[in-house]
Amino acid sequence: MNNIVFGQYYPSGSVVHRLDPRVKLVMVLLYIVTIFFVVDYAMYGALFLFVLAVALLSKVPLRILFRTVRTIVILVLITAVINLFFTQGEEMLFSWKFIHIYKEGVERAIKLALRLILLMLFPSLLTLTTTPMELTDAIESLLSPLKIIKVPVHAIALIMSIALRMIPILMEETNKIILAQKARGADFDTGGALKKAKAMIPVLVPLFVGAFRRADELALAMDARCYSSVAQRTKYKVMHLAVRDLIASLFCLAVFSLVFLNKYLWHFDEMILSLFG
Amino acid sequence: MSIEVKDLTYTYSPNTPYAATALRGVSLHIEEGEYVGIIGKTGSGKSTFIQHLNALIRLQSGEIKVYDIDLNAKKPDLKKLRGTVGMVMQYPEYQLFDETVEKDVSYGPRNLGLSEEEIRERVREAIELVGLDYEEVRDRSPFELSGGQKRRVAIAGVIAMRPRILVLDEPIAGLDPRGKQEILALIKKLKNAYSPTVIVVSHDMDSVAENCDKVALFADGEIARFASPREIFYDDELLSRTEMDCPSVVKVVKELERLGKSLPTRPVTKAELVAALTVGEGV
Repeated sequence: MNNIVFGQYYPSGSVVHRLDPRVKLVMVLLYIVTIFFVVDYAMYGALFLFVLAVALLSKVPLRILFRTVRTIVILVLITAVINLFFTQGEEMLFSWKFIHIYKEGVERAIKLALRLILLMLFPSLLTLTTTPMELTDAIESLLSPLKIIKVPVHAIALIMSIALRMIPILMEETNKIILAQKARGADFDTGGALKKAKAMIPVLVPLFVGAFRRADELALAMDARCYSSVAQRTKYKVMHLAVRDLIASLFCLAVFSLVFLNKYLWHFDEMILSLFG
Repeated sequence: MSIEVKDLTYTYSPNTPYAATALRGVSLHIEEGEYVGIIGKTGSGKSTFIQHLNALIRLQSGEIKVYDIDLNAKKPDLKKLRGTVGMVMQYPEYQLFDETVEKDVSYGPRNLGLSEEEIRERVREAIELVGLDYEEVRDRSPFELSGGQKRRVAIAGVIAMRPRILVLDEPIAGLDPRGKQEILALIKKLKNAYSPTVIVVSHDMDSVAENCDKVALFADGEIARFASPREIFYDDELLSRTEMDCPSVVKVVKELERLGKSLPTRPVTKAELVAALTVGEGV
């Protein structure tokens, strides 16, 4: 009935959705590293434009993308406030009793907030445009060199994909049990924290019983079909690198290298300032 | 009038790419004392519809009234509603949770805020009504019972609330023939005891034809027809359009007709078929 795919996958079939998940995963990892090398506003702006461009290409509504930032709003605010009040600097902007706000503090607060938001946005685009199964396959493929040193990569990937597959099933089951207990007059919404926690017992016990039952059934079904984790397996969906993956990688790398060039060679901020100065 | 539903429409996950309309303008009147069967293929809106009757789903548009409880009211009396409409979900045995059968069955009545004495009385009565030995099972864990017994305990947990309307979603799914007969007999017993109105969602056309006074046939979120089993199961055009099967009694009648033997009546239950045949034979 409720066809919500786990996570926030937003199906729109855009070119970003069709990119090889391995490429997307590696680019997101590089992006995260890159973020920590951003030093000035110009580069924050450039990265923001980059994320925006990818978002437009992916046809994911910006409203949905920015909604992911909501989850870290409190974290951003706390970090910003702490940095605002506790950064020492030379140029005092405001002082009242024990509160001293320096220009450096304001700058640091803004930059950290920008960094956190940018850190949230791009990886969100990954989960918005890639199904959990594609991600698992990508991780398995990327980790496959570890097979040489006898790391059970396939088993790990299998555990991940079963866990991912089970989440929507367990969520559906939870909903069903909640409905059944509500029909028996259960009240999950009123009372203090302890009462609310206690009200969850009639949901959690059947949920756990059901999870173990399902695990047993799944193991039996896999056994019945002679499943073995050491066997060589083929994939239903084989991942191939296409031209668009090459183009996407080059584009991302170009943007990321801008950041590094800016930090170590040029200084856009100063260039822009000198233009106006 | 025990249940009155007007123009009920419901969409899952509205305003998202996953939006799915489950009900489109469903209206239905159910009188007290009726045994109503709800049939329709998977995804036709049956479950969504019955979940509305217990306010398990928030009303989006339309009107529902259960006795004097108006679900359109700003704050409908949910406790009273859930004491009035007893809902037995699919595979109810999966909702058992407590240490003993007695405690599990008392969960519903306790939520209604009854006195301890009243709860004990109702629990004993409910367990005995579903055909279990109260003294023997009361202190046992519900998880160590057999499948059929678990389902009985779960049903006892609902009827201990003494609902005037009993709603069952696929009560005989996954049971062996004997278990099916026992549960169907139990439903009849409960109907006579204190739930005069019974609503059953079922894929088992034989049991629907055999037991129901009226049948609501759902198709694509609408009620294609709400009529007696006889009117529905002899309407070939309706059945093929909604991809429904007819009960075996009707199949026998059709086979007889194909062989050139027409009956004076249109039976839907086994007893009616036997009666029609014996009249025809002149015995």
